[in-house]
Amino acid sequence: MSCIDVIQTYGLRSIGLGERLLPRSDFTLCDQFVLIGSGMVWNLYFGIAALFLGFFASIALACARNVSNRFIRKPADWFIFFFRGSPLFIQFFFFYEAFTLLPREGLSLNLGLVTLTADTSWLTRAWAGALIVLFLNTTAYAGEIFYGALRSVPKGDLEAADAYGFSGWKKFRHITFPTMLRLGWPAYTNEAIFLFHATTLVYFSSFPARQQKGDALYYANYFADKTFNPFIPYPILAMYFILLTVAVVLIYGAVYRRLNRHLPSNARRRLRPRPAMLR
Amino acid sequence: MFDFCADPALLDTLPWMACYLTTAKQVMFYQSFLVVIALLAVTAPIALAVGFCGALARRSHLAPLRWIGVGYTSIVRGVPDIAFFLFVPLALDQGLEYLRHKVKCPDWDMPIRQGNDFVVCAAAKLPQSGAAPLVHDLYAIALAIAAYAFVFGAFAAFVLSGAMNAVPKAQLETAEAYGLSRRQITWRILVPQMWVYALPGLSNLWMVLIKATPLLFLLGITDIVYWARELGGMKTTAYAYPHGDWRLWYFMALLVFYLGMTKLSEIAFERLGQRLSRGQATLAGMTQAKS
Repeated sequence: MSCIDVIQTYGLRSIGLGERLLPRSDFTLCDQFVLIGSGMVWNLYFGIAALFLGFFASIALACARNVSNRFIRKPADWFIFFFRGSPLFIQFFFFYEAFTLLPREGLSLNLGLVTLTADTSWLTRAWAGALIVLFLNTTAYAGEIFYGALRSVPKGDLEAADAYGFSGWKKFRHITFPTMLRLGWPAYTNEAIFLFHATTLVYFSSFPARQQKGDALYYANYFADKTFNPFIPYPILAMYFILLTVAVVLIYGAVYRRLNRHLPSNARRRLRPRPAMLR
Repeated sequence: MFDFCADPALLDTLPWMACYLTTAKQVMFYQSFLVVIALLAVTAPIALAVGFCGALARRSHLAPLRWIGVGYTSIVRGVPDIAFFLFVPLALDQGLEYLRHKVKCPDWDMPIRQGNDFVVCAAAKLPQSGAAPLVHDLYAIALAIAAYAFVFGAFAAFVLSGAMNAVPKAQLETAEAYGLSRRQITWRILVPQMWVYALPGLSNLWMVLIKATPLLFLLGITDIVYWARELGGMKTTAYAYPHGDWRLWYFMALLVFYLGMTKLSEIAFERLGQRLSRGQATLAGMTQAKS
């Protein structure tokens, strides 16, 4: 098979399109590149979806931590402590077990006249179950980042907003929120990088890769097991992830420049990604 | 364990629980928590030492050494750590066997990689095929520790090199003015002062290391995750203590264990930070001096 054929056969194998049987012998370099690259679809899906949903939830969480009402603040504190204080790997196992304990035929809600049956079996699938865990996890980490940023919004900015008669939602939308975003953005970039790395855990914790539809690390591990030679698939995986990391840094850097566009050009700070281990 | 455990089927809930939680397998589950703590105690100093060498390499005057330092830290940071946990033990195992093969069987004429197999002579196998199971276990754990040290060494190198850069330049220049050699400056001025700057990063790293310990499961070691799955699974009446699917509760116990570990570490690092800031020209140090 030429490499073009391999791309056509296995290019979208990870989402179930193309040849069902994985290559079993005579692994070419092309096979490994294509199949591991095809697995990256899942890493991208989990990462992008969790980051997108987690962005909004984490800002809500940061604000919830900042209110004086302890019935709102305490749950937010506990949420962040729970998800930041325990390993993601165990969280995957825990939530998977919780999802499998839901009744197989679905939850039935009796609403007087009609009975609604909520199907819950999809929660045990990786695309939904693992996404929920990743979403909750990144919400907690990003919530902590944005909370820290919210606490360091300059007092003068808020007083100026008061003086101009801004209040409530308007003040938050035009003053607090943009400043918070700007302050938290470098750390949030870091969180995004680590979230993409964390997506490789999904198929190595309890979530099964049905019909061998797995992520990049799943296929890299498949090749390493079959050929007993880790020196080819893992460097390929590393290359894909370094490309992904570079892409994340570029995109977040562009956003950061936009967030800082009102500053005089000599006061603008370049986003220097320092993945200084935040997790 | 207890005398009344002879026939668990006849017991009430409370004594049944007491008997269940003290069976031999449960005790092995408890022991695996100690394995986690032992792993942390062994890995942390090794990773710190690796990181220290890496940080010195990043500052080195020799360009190749500097490239190795920078390359090592950037590659490990750019790639998911799980990939390294799968890669390093396998690669190290094959590397060691290859070296032993070259030394012990110089007259071996077959290629080592035959298709999908990795074949070395029997004398080069690690551990030796006749070795005790304990040796096999220890070898697996040693490889796991190497993987952890490799990954966390890179992160520690990054933290420490940042801390070295944070030491005020004036201190180093003064030392130079007093005629200290480069080596003396590093060991007498730079290293003693960098720890307070490194502490926030290192405490974060310790938390990450704690949270990375369940990945031992991926390396095929019977750790807490293994036992939680094993013991929590449904047990039919063929077993002495039949129960339903309790994996959820076992994993909840693991979560509580890890939450406790991180909470304790947080408190300990706060104390250590106060101790290290004593007499330092930082805000924390100044506040302490005043009070």
